Amino acid sequence: MAVTHNIGPIPARGTQERKGLLPLLEEKAKFIRRETVRLSRIAGAGHYTGTFSCAELFSALYYSQLRFRPDEPGWEERDRFVLSKGHAAIGLYPVLADLGFYPAGLLDNYTRLHSLFGDHPDMRKVPGVDFSSGSLGHGLSVSLGMALAARVTGSEYLTYCLLGDGELAEGQVWSAAMAAGHFKTANLTAIIDRNQLSIDGNTETVMGVEPLDDKFAAFRWEVRRIDGHDYDQILDTFTYARDRSDVRPFCVIADTVKGRGVQRMELDKDWHVGNLMGADYDDVMAEIDVGLRPVRSRT
Amino acid sequence: MTRETTPAASAASAGPQEISGVFRGSADGAASLQEKVKRTEQGISARSIPTFIAGEELAYLADDDARVVVLTADLASAGRTIDFAKRHPDRFFNIGVAEQNMVSAAAGMASTGLRPFVSTFAAYVALLCCEQVRTDLAFTEMPVVLLAHHSGMALGYYGTSHHALEDLSVMRGIAGLTVVSAADANELRAILRASLTRDGPVYVRMGRGRDPEVYTEVPQGFAFGEAIRLAEGSDIALIATGSEVRPCLQAAEELAKESISARVVDMHTIAPIDAAEIRTAVDDIGTILTVEEHNITGGLGAAVAEVVAELGKPVHFRRAGVPDEHVVLGPPGALYAHYELDAVGVAGRAKDLLQQTRENNR
Repeated sequence: MAVTHNIGPIPARGTQERKGLLPLLEEKAKFIRRETVRLSRIAGAGHYTGTFSCAELFSALYYSQLRFRPDEPGWEERDRFVLSKGHAAIGLYPVLADLGFYPAGLLDNYTRLHSLFGDHPDMRKVPGVDFSSGSLGHGLSVSLGMALAARVTGSEYLTYCLLGDGELAEGQVWSAAMAAGHFKTANLTAIIDRNQLSIDGNTETVMGVEPLDDKFAAFRWEVRRIDGHDYDQILDTFTYARDRSDVRPFCVIADTVKGRGVQRMELDKDWHVGNLMGADYDDVMAEIDVGLRPVRSRT
Repeated sequence: MTRETTPAASAASAGPQEISGVFRGSADGAASLQEKVKRTEQGISARSIPTFIAGEELAYLADDDARVVVLTADLASAGRTIDFAKRHPDRFFNIGVAEQNMVSAAAGMASTGLRPFVSTFAAYVALLCCEQVRTDLAFTEMPVVLLAHHSGMALGYYGTSHHALEDLSVMRGIAGLTVVSAADANELRAILRASLTRDGPVYVRMGRGRDPEVYTEVPQGFAFGEAIRLAEGSDIALIATGSEVRPCLQAAEELAKESISARVVDMHTIAPIDAAEIRTAVDDIGTILTVEEHNITGGLGAAVAEVVAELGKPVHFRRAGVPDEHVVLGPPGALYAHYELDAVGVAGRAKDLLQQTRENNR
């Protein structure tokens, strides 16, 4: 009998159950960051910072929100998750292994010849990946299709799409946003990892995306803006995402810090892709184990 | 392979002077359809026109197959998917003028088990959405059917922005994508039916929207990648696709009057190409003219040439198509004549090639 994960409600804020959940999620976020560092070394390079910024979102999604069956990856009623910012797949692969979609040992072959796991996720190779991604700007459209499909088939699954902020410069994102608002796909939640940087620098310098709340609201979405590293805010918002009765699609703008959890990388564009070696590798692993510290201001 | 399919005997000569299938001023296209039928040339019924039957055929298919959904990008009337929408409104999605969003959304739908058919101008699905087709459909093996209507220079004086003379070249370069042209409405029906059991995405090139009949009925036993030999011949093989199949049949009739025996092959599938049929033409005849409403770079002619060249056998070979230029301005019929892609033009090109063949063999 296939086990469905996260079938029950997320415990309410302030309850003992919630207080018990938070350390587990924090450990999972550390696990995601550690694995990102480990796998990057196997590949010789990795997308550290854009993965660190969504480590809390990944862990909250997979360990408390999304409904899926690791031993039945194709379960038709599973919630759908599209990683539109496909370059964060390095943080997703360990989670899927941890949940039992495939043996963790497979990850030791990360990016090597004939590996299942590349820098960007391939749905035909990796169980648990609902759609291949990597080309920025496509994911919200794909998610829209999944949400509309549920309407056709009468399915009750919800579709979640995690986007980067840099990719919001792609026009296709706004075509999808417009269509989702038009079709009133209430079963679609977009989560924007608003980690402030794209490859060349601050988004507001490279290509400004703000005011993001107003933009999505104007495209007929319900919008919430939260701290994307604060589990209580994330979990409250996820609870709302599942229970809400609004007919509009739901946009969660998660304010995050690119590189969060490793201070040398926080808000430093030069760590978008990098490779930690030697003592740096050990230092960063130790720092991750300590957990999140206040973000240093970078002026 | 040879099929027992009779080319329509009484089809009128090609040479439509008007752009068809793009309607203005009609809410649902019904009035335009009647008007259109009136304007249709003698001997060609509206039901032989691919863009007119696409929505109707899909509606039939959807009656028996709950997986079928249809998407368009504000061209429900032009692509006649309106006929599907009327019967299956809950499975029809007009995405607005947002073709890339449409293709990727169709991919998402297909990932859940649906069978989406995406309809819009060939220029946009093949060129504007090329990367979405590659990444979201072909790489992922999504069973999405792209109905690329008004391909080639069917939109005549709309100009290059609306022409698709590069689509075969672009699409056949994508691994895992079936690329096929419909010569007429009956062949389109066969393609649509076959596509429901096809793995992976299919690019369906639809012609000018008023293609004269080639098949009097839906070709039986249609299979992707298996060309249909429509006429036997021994002097020259005319290998055509889509809108050029009919002119080739007519050209063969004209050539016969001069005792030139032309084989006519409907190479409906460009990818995967029917290499066996090409090899047979080389072995049996040795003189091949490919004919397509497409830039001569990278399309049918190039696909056939690749096979021919690797055979390493002596062969006389030419490609007929649009030269490597952006076409001059004019109505479609005038353009086909200008580029020698009407029956007269094809017959002339065939005779030129045979002349060269004789000189080379001297």
